[in-house]
Amino acid sequence: MQENKKNVAIEVNDLVTHYGPRKILDGINLTVSEGEIMIIMGGSGSGKSTLLRYLLGLGIPTSGSIKLLGKDITKLNANEMFELRKNMGVAFQGGALLSSMTIGENVKLPLREHTELNEKTMDIMARMKLEVVNLGGFEELMPSELSGGMIKRAAVARAIVMDPKLMFFDEPSAGLDPVVSAELDDLILRLRDAMNMTIVVVTHELDSAFKIADRITVLDRGHILMSDTVEEIKNSDNERIQSLLNRRPSNDMINADEYLSRLTGM
Amino acid sequence: MSESIIHRFLNYIEIVGSLTVKLAEGAGYYFALLIESLAWIIVGPFYKQPVRIPSIFSQMMTIGIAACPIVFILSFSIGVMLAIQMIYNLKTFGAESQVVVGVALSITREFAPLITGILIAGRTGSALAAKLGTMQVNQEIDALRVMGINPVRYLVSPALLAMLIMVPILTFFSDIAGLLGGALYTGVEIGLSFSAYVDRTIAALMVGDIMQGLFKSLVFALIITLVGASNGFSVTGGAEGVGKATTRSVVLSISFIVIADMIFTYFLNR
Repeated sequence: MQENKKNVAIEVNDLVTHYGPRKILDGINLTVSEGEIMIIMGGSGSGKSTLLRYLLGLGIPTSGSIKLLGKDITKLNANEMFELRKNMGVAFQGGALLSSMTIGENVKLPLREHTELNEKTMDIMARMKLEVVNLGGFEELMPSELSGGMIKRAAVARAIVMDPKLMFFDEPSAGLDPVVSAELDDLILRLRDAMNMTIVVVTHELDSAFKIADRITVLDRGHILMSDTVEEIKNSDNERIQSLLNRRPSNDMINADEYLSRLTGM
Repeated sequence: MSESIIHRFLNYIEIVGSLTVKLAEGAGYYFALLIESLAWIIVGPFYKQPVRIPSIFSQMMTIGIAACPIVFILSFSIGVMLAIQMIYNLKTFGAESQVVVGVALSITREFAPLITGILIAGRTGSALAAKLGTMQVNQEIDALRVMGINPVRYLVSPALLAMLIMVPILTFFSDIAGLLGGALYTGVEIGLSFSAYVDRTIAALMVGDIMQGLFKSLVFALIITLVGASNGFSVTGGAEGVGKATTRSVVLSISFIVIADMIFTYFLNR
């Protein structure tokens, strides 16, 4: 295995999380090597968005550890977390650009907050990153003046402006037409090749997942079904994975007694 | 029969209990938010995460300068209204000329801070709640956090600082506008000259009267910012949630302002 030689960038051990009394993730174990593109896949409600939230340090898990670049983010203090965040970039599903600022200001925001660079340098760096995502010349526009695909690309530019080592994408192709979504796939591959980033992508788009993934992790109801290469996933004989891959509706057997008690509320 | 009464009684106790818990939770949240935003203002620079001066000034512009015309109009009207009422009342005693003292004290001690507070609650408190709520819904708050930009430092601290500076200034402005309104009406109604009105006002007012109003306005600034920010941060459920949070923040801040006004007036006049 080639991955074993590389350093581990992300390591999740026995992660358990709750939303109120409801258990969302149950015993997640996951490793991502440096420079690898890991796709997290799963149906709606499988917990994949939740897993991403915890990887980003946006929630406190019930138990388990999450190591990013060798540091356990469940144990870091605010200052260490602040330093670690400079090495992380996130492209949210809706872009999450600050709507009160221009695209250029949005891209410059991390530089402005974390560096002491002068205005000219920041301008140049922001334009460079906007060129990377093919948005050169759009820095004066407001986010509301851009299309959905452009907003997502601008969000990528903002995420990579600090040259992070870890990059996270939340549903990059959701709501985009096939051409734009293919462009984003290429962009993700280019980022890895050019900057050797470790990339985690949460998606349920099969085509895009098979195209860019080094490895795919399939989540189902808070458990990891499988975490392996594209070939292995495709050849898996797990019924639920095959349902996901072949767009088959899941036909779980209904327990008559439970069904009746749910309906009557007894 | 008696069983159902006991059941209902227990239900009431449960409601009271859960309301108390909610109240304590809310108060704790406001207090934590206050401590955190003040902490960022003071220790932020040492952690290389200062509260940005330009954003404080831009907040001061929108909170303060932009609100000047409406503060002037409302305070002026309140001044005229007070003069009308007091002249009418004092006529019974044949003491119309005492209207100057009455207007001066009521404006500086009570009406100017109150009307400014209510106006800013409707104008700025709601805007803060709507802005933070929309940002929460659009994941912009999450985006700030993952970029290592603390949302309280970036969004709440500048607003709090701007409010603490601008609301007292607006209150003072409102004092002057209200007194001006009183002076003009008194001049027309009982023929008191403007300069005489000003002289008598200055003679009647003590520094403490104005300070009392300004102190209350500081408290109102805290209330408006904390209620607006906490309601904005706690938005769930999309556009409808933003609307609800905005309404709630205005209603809550105005209620808190009036209640706090009563409490502070009681203690400041002991």
